[in-house]
Amino acid sequence: MADMSKQKYKMPEQEPEIRNRNFSEVALGYTEELAIKEALRCLDCRHMPCVKGCPVNVDIPGFIRCIKDGEFEGAYQVLARTNSLPAVCGRVCPQETQCEELCVRALKGESVGIGRLERFAADWHMEHSQGMHEHLMTGQTAVAGKVAVVGAGPAGLTCAGDLAKLGYNVTVFEAFHEPGGVLTYGIPEFRLPKSIVKKEISILEELGVEVRVNMVIGKILSVEELLLEYDAVFIGTGAGLPRFMNIPGENLNGVYSANEFLTRINLMKAYKFPEFDTPIKIGRNVAVVGGGNVAMDAARSAKRLGAENVYIIYRRSEEELPARLEEVHHAKEEGIIFRLLENPVSIRGDEKGNVVSLECIRMELGEPDSSGRRRPVEVAGSEFMTDMDTVIIAIGQTPNPLIKDTTGGLRTARWGGIIVDEETMETSIKGVYAGGDIVTGAATVILAMGAGKKAAESIDRYIKEKNKG
Amino acid sequence: MYRILEKKILNDTVQMMKVEAPLIAKKARPGQFIILRIDETGERIPLTIAGFDREAGTITIIFQMVGKTTMKLGTLEEGDYIKDFVGPLGKASELEGYKSACVIGGGLGTAIAFPQARELFELGADVDIIAGFRSKDLIILEDEMKKTCRSLYITTDDGSNGRKGFVTDVLRELLKTRTYDVVIAIGPLVMMKFVSAITREAGIKTIVSMNSVMVDGTGMCGGCRLTVGGETKFACVDGPDFDGHLVDFDEAIMRSARYKEEENHSCRLGGYTNG
Repeated sequence: MADMSKQKYKMPEQEPEIRNRNFSEVALGYTEELAIKEALRCLDCRHMPCVKGCPVNVDIPGFIRCIKDGEFEGAYQVLARTNSLPAVCGRVCPQETQCEELCVRALKGESVGIGRLERFAADWHMEHSQGMHEHLMTGQTAVAGKVAVVGAGPAGLTCAGDLAKLGYNVTVFEAFHEPGGVLTYGIPEFRLPKSIVKKEISILEELGVEVRVNMVIGKILSVEELLLEYDAVFIGTGAGLPRFMNIPGENLNGVYSANEFLTRINLMKAYKFPEFDTPIKIGRNVAVVGGGNVAMDAARSAKRLGAENVYIIYRRSEEELPARLEEVHHAKEEGIIFRLLENPVSIRGDEKGNVVSLECIRMELGEPDSSGRRRPVEVAGSEFMTDMDTVIIAIGQTPNPLIKDTTGGLRTARWGGIIVDEETMETSIKGVYAGGDIVTGAATVILAMGAGKKAAESIDRYIKEKNKG
Repeated sequence: MYRILEKKILNDTVQMMKVEAPLIAKKARPGQFIILRIDETGERIPLTIAGFDREAGTITIIFQMVGKTTMKLGTLEEGDYIKDFVGPLGKASELEGYKSACVIGGGLGTAIAFPQARELFELGADVDIIAGFRSKDLIILEDEMKKTCRSLYITTDDGSNGRKGFVTDVLRELLKTRTYDVVIAIGPLVMMKFVSAITREAGIKTIVSMNSVMVDGTGMCGGCRLTVGGETKFACVDGPDFDGHLVDFDEAIMRSARYKEEENHSCRLGGYTNG
């Protein structure tokens, strides 16, 4: 019998006052008992509305059925068939606007905790199973072809995983010294432990994916050169270029792009300085400009580094915050102060060039703009100053132009994204595919994964066709 | 892992290493840089490529032991490995089309200025080199430089080699009797600032190499940003070479002091602090 309780079973988490002083994971995950209870809330609908909300087509009722029966490894196997990074997705997917939004239980009360259950099954597997990934290989045993993947982020890893399962020889080229892309440099340890990312990637390596780090494609090798050696190339280089506001004082010491701030912390482990060599400075008062998930990550990281007052400065109102509700909620619990309907005008420094204050102007909402959200308008003469030691700019990222600038014949949009055939993810160059933020602009992990998956299917078709001819 | 094939001690604080990195060596051009990380807990530091050998598959780096990372690097020996070595990053210097050039190196910057002088010399330009050091003991690459220029002028701050003064003194002197198509200045920010001031007056095109603090080296962090001609540029992807007459040196000097307290981490391109 289904459990008809209206709410999800709560997932244990660290108390706010404790966790905002450490970098350990906030959410602690379901126990076996809680997972089974939550799984029993699933009605196992025959028409499976939830699956339609999943960009990587996870058989959601299928894996939940396994959990109900206590078949935890079985649940993982169902997940892993279509999702190359389930432990990641269970943590960072915006389920509330995808699978869970379409869950029948959400009509009356809360949806089934699909994300929490996914995380549980993936973690259970990592903890209890060694290997057991060979049978995920669904493809032909003979080598089908060679594929190069540029960028070891969510899109690239998904594409690589799917192709490896089909029997292809896949090499992933990563510019940093660690694979994972935004999972490694962007999303903080307290939301997505790096050990989890490493384990997910090592599973892909078990499937035969080769990861080559320190390889900046466009510099050390060109896409053209990759095409000489590989049957196809997938570009998943993401949106890695930080945007700045172009206001006075932005180059003062103490102003970071969210990218730099988070990379120092997550990839370079500056929060463990001096055990790790990369430094970071935080000060007492920190302003994070922007209202997305990256801004929340930066603010919560700043708090954990010891800042007393951490502000989110956002030019619209709470309703328009682009961050996930859960992230906003967590940030508030941890003491992040939301300064809404404000916009920075200038950053002031001392004689040494260090930030000392931030000037903002108040905003009000006017008519809806092209995004459908009400346009923020400055309130004339409402400028005011606040003491500040650090300002972190988290107003979005744009694609890195490195591949575009070094690949002749690659069609790109004016804003820098690569143009692809939306059905196949093929670019203007035959045999070259692209997906993820480099195509869509900054979006979510799971959308990038969906694109990587779609591209893998096309690449498979393309190579088979080519081999026939 | 990248093996150190050769190591040479150039003076008490400056070392040269040849590192096995065949793919980078194949593509490297003068003016570009690499980023290295010595070990698992290390920071990423940029170093300008001081030379490359496409056949032997090696990249030459020259560094000064000024911070934690460069000091640690200095303890490594031939046969040891560097964990990460990425490149070639940044834009290559554009050295073609000049008939005459004055290449100026300050301290360790000389190590990066030298290959540029050599390239210009091999392209057939008349090249004068001015290299400045704090004292005689710190002079590097003197014999190598002599072979790749028309005249070499070495100055020391303390006069211990006979010619006391700064590179700018020599430049001013030379400009009384001759002019150049281009001046290339590589060294401490203050040196590049003053060289640029002199050449601006003389109307000579000047290229400087900006040694900003950076993390990734691919345009991702923006930590290396600087103002050039009123616009924000990233040293890692838009440079490291810039028009010396357009660079906001005062801002760059201020930004370079950002992590001074953190144990002199030499997280700066080139790592050259003396001159």
